[in-house]
Amino acid sequence: MRTRTMIRLAVILSAFGFAGTAFAASADDFKAAYAKAEAAEKGAAAVKNRWTATEATLKKAKAAADAGKFDDAVTLAQHAEALANASTAQAKEQEKLWPDAVVR
Amino acid sequence: MLRKTLIAVAILAGAAQPLLAAETASDPKADFKAFRDYFTNRFPKVALDDFVNGPYSMDEGLRKQWKAIDEFPPYDFVVDKGKQMFATPFKNGKTYGDCFANKGIGVRQDYPKFDAKTGQVITLDVALNQCREANGEKPFDYSKDDMAALTAYMAFTSRGKPMNIAIPNDPRALAAYTKGKEYFYTRRGQLNFSCASCHVQNPGNHIRTEVLAPALGIMNAMPIYRSTWGGMGTVSRRLQSCNSQVGGVPLPGESEEYRDVEYYLSYMANGLPISGPGTRP
Repeated sequence: MRTRTMIRLAVILSAFGFAGTAFAASADDFKAAYAKAEAAEKGAAAVKNRWTATEATLKKAKAAADAGKFDDAVTLAQHAEALANASTAQAKEQEKLWPDAVVR
Repeated sequence: MLRKTLIAVAILAGAAQPLLAAETASDPKADFKAFRDYFTNRFPKVALDDFVNGPYSMDEGLRKQWKAIDEFPPYDFVVDKGKQMFATPFKNGKTYGDCFANKGIGVRQDYPKFDAKTGQVITLDVALNQCREANGEKPFDYSKDDMAALTAYMAFTSRGKPMNIAIPNDPRALAAYTKGKEYFYTRRGQLNFSCASCHVQNPGNHIRTEVLAPALGIMNAMPIYRSTWGGMGTVSRRLQSCNSQVGGVPLPGESEEYRDVEYYLSYMANGLPISGPGTRP
């Protein structure tokens, strides 16, 4: 019974935006997320497989932060990090897979 | 017992190494035959020498347009500019011709070359910039304009000559060739395409409005005038453009990867005539 009440309260709080307010991102949150994204992109550069989408998303994240929209900026930085990690994973995977495509 | 097992595993792993290496080791002659057979079997109606004409060898309608365009080739002015540049002495009185065999006339088919001194692949574009720098001149940008004009003129003087790429008996040359082959077949960019995805698996098919060119002979038409660019572009520009189109960040012009892939593709085109400078949509 108590659990149900808690869930109802959480749903109501979320509906009124309280939960969002509680987790609003700060400039420091952005800096941390952006640093992680940049490090991931450096990893992609090391295997010479950067994606244009990653570069564009990093720029968008920076622009959002410059405009004070830190929630958006953090989300974009996290997206950029995921893209960078995917490009690195692609390069690593292709190191093994490329011979399968060779005309024989 | 555990020690014996570990030793056995280590021996097996060691024995497996040559097998793994063999999977990616290159035999250029075998590659050449397989590559040639693939395209000639897939497109039996296309004459071998016609593959150098890229998409025009694949699509009759496009071919008619090209023939009409080539009555007044859009690269003509660039070839004239390149000819003039080629003949104009550097400040020290020497010319480009002094840097090349046969004074640089009719030599395009011999590039890229493997340079035993540096252990690197030297493309015609790199050789031209080396020539400039050796004579106290600043190197040109590798993507278009002056470099495209010079290479267009040099290609023009080689028209019809068979591509003649050598892979000397040097493990570094074979390594460069293999790296080029790896680059060609490696998927990259957010769209997860390799060069081969378009130019081996899908030549003749459309990608949006474009007809994809076969990889066989694709270097023979370089440099090219592209309507999309509204001007001439070098091999580097074409590769950079391909990288961007699949969502990859392009490499710098004439980077090692680009030179190696040109080496690989040019070797695959050995015997096919130089047709550059080319015209492409």
